[in-house]
Formats: sequence, C-alpha cells, structure tokens
Amino acid sequence: MPAPQPTRARRGKSKLCLLIATRKGMFLLRDAGDRRSWRLAGPHFLGHIVHHVVLDPRDRRTLLVAARTGHLGPTVFRSLDLGKTWKEAGRPPAFPKAETPEAKREVDHVFWLTPGHASEPDAWYAGTSPKGLFRSADGGMTWEGVAGFNENPLREKWAAGPQDGTPDGPKMHSILIDPRDARHMYIGMSSGGVFETRDQGRSWQPLNQGCRADFLPDPYPEYGHDPHCVRLHPLQPDRLYQQNHCGIYRIERAEGRWVRIGEAMPKKVGDIGFPLVLHPRDPDTLWVFPMDGTSVWPRVSPEGKPAAYVSRNAGRSWQRLDRGLPREQAWWTVKRQAMCADTQEPVGIYFGTTSGEVWGSVDEGKRFTCLARHLPEIYALESAET
Amino acid sequence: MKVYIPGPLCSYTREANSVNAAGASIGELLEDLDRRYPGIRFRIINEQDEIRRHIRIFVNGDQVAGLSAPLRRGDEVMIVCALSGG
Repeated sequence: MPAPQPTRARRGKSKLCLLIATRKGMFLLRDAGDRRSWRLAGPHFLGHIVHHVVLDPRDRRTLLVAARTGHLGPTVFRSLDLGKTWKEAGRPPAFPKAETPEAKREVDHVFWLTPGHASEPDAWYAGTSPKGLFRSADGGMTWEGVAGFNENPLREKWAAGPQDGTPDGPKMHSILIDPRDARHMYIGMSSGGVFETRDQGRSWQPLNQGCRADFLPDPYPEYGHDPHCVRLHPLQPDRLYQQNHCGIYRIERAEGRWVRIGEAMPKKVGDIGFPLVLHPRDPDTLWVFPMDGTSVWPRVSPEGKPAAYVSRNAGRSWQRLDRGLPREQAWWTVKRQAMCADTQEPVGIYFGTTSGEVWGSVDEGKRFTCLARHLPEIYALESAET
Repeated sequence: MKVYIPGPLCSYTREANSVNAAGASIGELLEDLDRRYPGIRFRIINEQDEIRRHIRIFVNGDQVAGLSAPLRRGDEVMIVCALSGG
C-alpha cells in the first residue's frame, strides 16, 4: 500500500461545505469561498433522525446518510451528485435472521459511516446500534455484516448487552482504516473498548491497555471500556488519540499502552467530553470540547461556559479556546461526531451543538463565530471539500 | 387488495395513501408491496421478520400479530404508525 501523503492545505477552487446531521433531518452549510459567508440549505429528510452524513473523499461527490425515523426502521441514503438527488440502499445494514429467540438482533439505527481505503473505491463501513459492523462493496447500496465481528463467539462478551451503552443505545463508532493497509482497522464501542483487526475484520483483538474503566469492578480490564471518539492521524498512523469516558488518551503503538494526556487539563474543567479532532497536517495538534462529567453526568458545558481546548504538543499541555463563545449560561455541549476540521490554512474548526447551533473558527480556534442557529439538536458535523 | 399506507411511508408510494397489493398472508402482501415500492418492507418489518415496535397492522379493523396472519380476497389492510413520542 502507498505511504500516507500529507493533507495539503486546500485553497482557491475547493468548495467547503459542512454536512449537518440532526435529530430532525440533514442540512448543508455552504461556504461562499472565504469561510466568512455561509448559506444554509435544507432540510433534507425532514423528520428523519440523521446520525451521520459523510462525503466520500475518494470522489468528492458521493454522500452517504445514516437515517431512521421515530417509527420506521433504519436505512442509508446515497447521493452521487452532492445532495441533489438521493437513492435508498437496496439492502441496508441488518443482522442475519436468528434461529433462536435469544439470538435475535435488530439494527435500531446506523450510527457511524466510514469510507473504505483509497485502494477500494466502492467500499464503505457502517457501525450500528446495537453494536454491529457492516461493509458495503458497492458504494453503500447493499450491506453485509462483517462476520468476524458480528458472529464472533466473543462478541457478546466484548460488546455486552443493551445496558452497556449510551442513553440512546449501544454504539459502534470510530471505524478507522490504516491508510497504509486496508486490512488494518480499528473500531470503538460504547461500551466495549477499542479493538483492532489486521485481516480486514476476520479476527479482532482488544486494544485498551493503560486505559481506565472506573465504572467497572476492575478499573483496568482487557475490554469493556467506553471510548467516546477515537482518531488516527493519517500521517502518523501508529499514533491514536481517544476521548474516553475516563479522560483523554494517546497511544503510540510501539509503546503499546494508552497514556492519559487529559491529566494536563485544568482540574476544574476536567478531561471528560465526546469529540476529538486532529489537525490535518500536524499529528501533535488536537482539539477537544470538554463537558461536565461529574456526579450524574449533566452532559453540558462545565459551569455553563463552553470552550474548546487545543494541545499543540500531543497532549502535554492544553490551551482554552473560548473567544467568541458565550461567557455564561450556555448549557449545551457537543456530541462525539459533531466537531471537525477542514484542511485549509489556517485550519478551520467547526462544531454543532445540542441546542442546534453551528460554530466555526477560521484561525484554528482562536476566535469562534456562530454560523447557524435554530437548527434541531445536532448529532454530527463533517467538513466536506469538493 | 387495498392497503392503506401511513404518511411516513408515502414517500415510497409516490405519495399515495392507499395502494393495491396481493398475497395470501401479511408476509406475502409485504413482499409484493416491496416489489412494487422497493425498500418499504424493511422500514415496517425488522430483520427478524417482526413488525417493528412502533408499527401496527390491521386487517379489516383487527390488529394482527405477525407475518403469518392470513388474508382473503377483498380484505382491507391498514398499516399504522403507532402513536408515540412527544
């Protein structure tokens, strides 16, 4: 496989669009060209619960949407023309028909979408609730379960039951593909932990050593952790970061253990949160958005004062970024898929809130401005450059 | 036979709220519906061939429990999205 190439800063002709997945549909926020004027389009799929919208970086035209409604079953929609027209998957992700009542599993929703490796142009992966891993080989129109995970005899131990999940159900997320090797992948499960395959999903190994799970009887188990968001840097694929239920972590694969880099965060803010975003060209730079994870987990900004934090040295130190954001009484937060970066210079940082606002910064977080408001609760935000 | 389609599924039936389909059971009827309107069945019936949690199906006004419920010529089938949520 080719060595990963640096993500070049895109200027001039590239068009930036933010793909907004919400509890009530999908919206597109298009940049006029300077990242200062934005035009909101939509809603698409009004009334659908949209968990993720992703642009295929391999062709920069194909969009996949993970959707369901409150009443109807889950599905996937595809557009080949940047959202002008849509077609529904002929066979959405679904578990096999069970032979016994105890073995019955039903996909409640598709939670996560990941385009496949650059060498496999029609491949996509999907993570579901309850936890399942699915693959499409035809650009998202038909989906098959990844049997090495979904039918693995250890799956029930790894993924546990419906009680081992978020208030909105157990999640399979953070499907990461090593840019050097299509067979080498990672997944995150809330809860269950981080797992790795080197044979494209046929076999899996837990990758949680050093990571804490303080909600379990053994706080350092082999699996059962709660990674909220795991990221792999394309320029340094042997380094991963994760925002976990129990803090912010980094692992260097050669060292083999997660290290809690969130210890360097201010104590009164803590290092609990959901999203984690990497700089496209600097593996040492990452952004997080802390939330209140004390007591009963209010899942709001600490003290009602939202802020992003950036580290420029792989987590050794952090700086608060709150210029432009509300200074008080702002009781929203940012979900795990709802924060992203663009590839421009300087890097743009964007996030969508649980109260339906989109905020952005064109200077790597030094100053934020509100780009859209009054949207439904935002579940995911992805930056797309076409 | 006549099948009444709830509003959330009318995007599949080109906005028609009643359509015709055939079958000797609810299962066969839904297979026929899916042939005519691809994708509609999976949004009503899960992968375990169970009626989804917030869907109800009535035949001549009586709720049926599953796909094996028999149908006769002239029956009227109504698919309903159950009241839920807020």
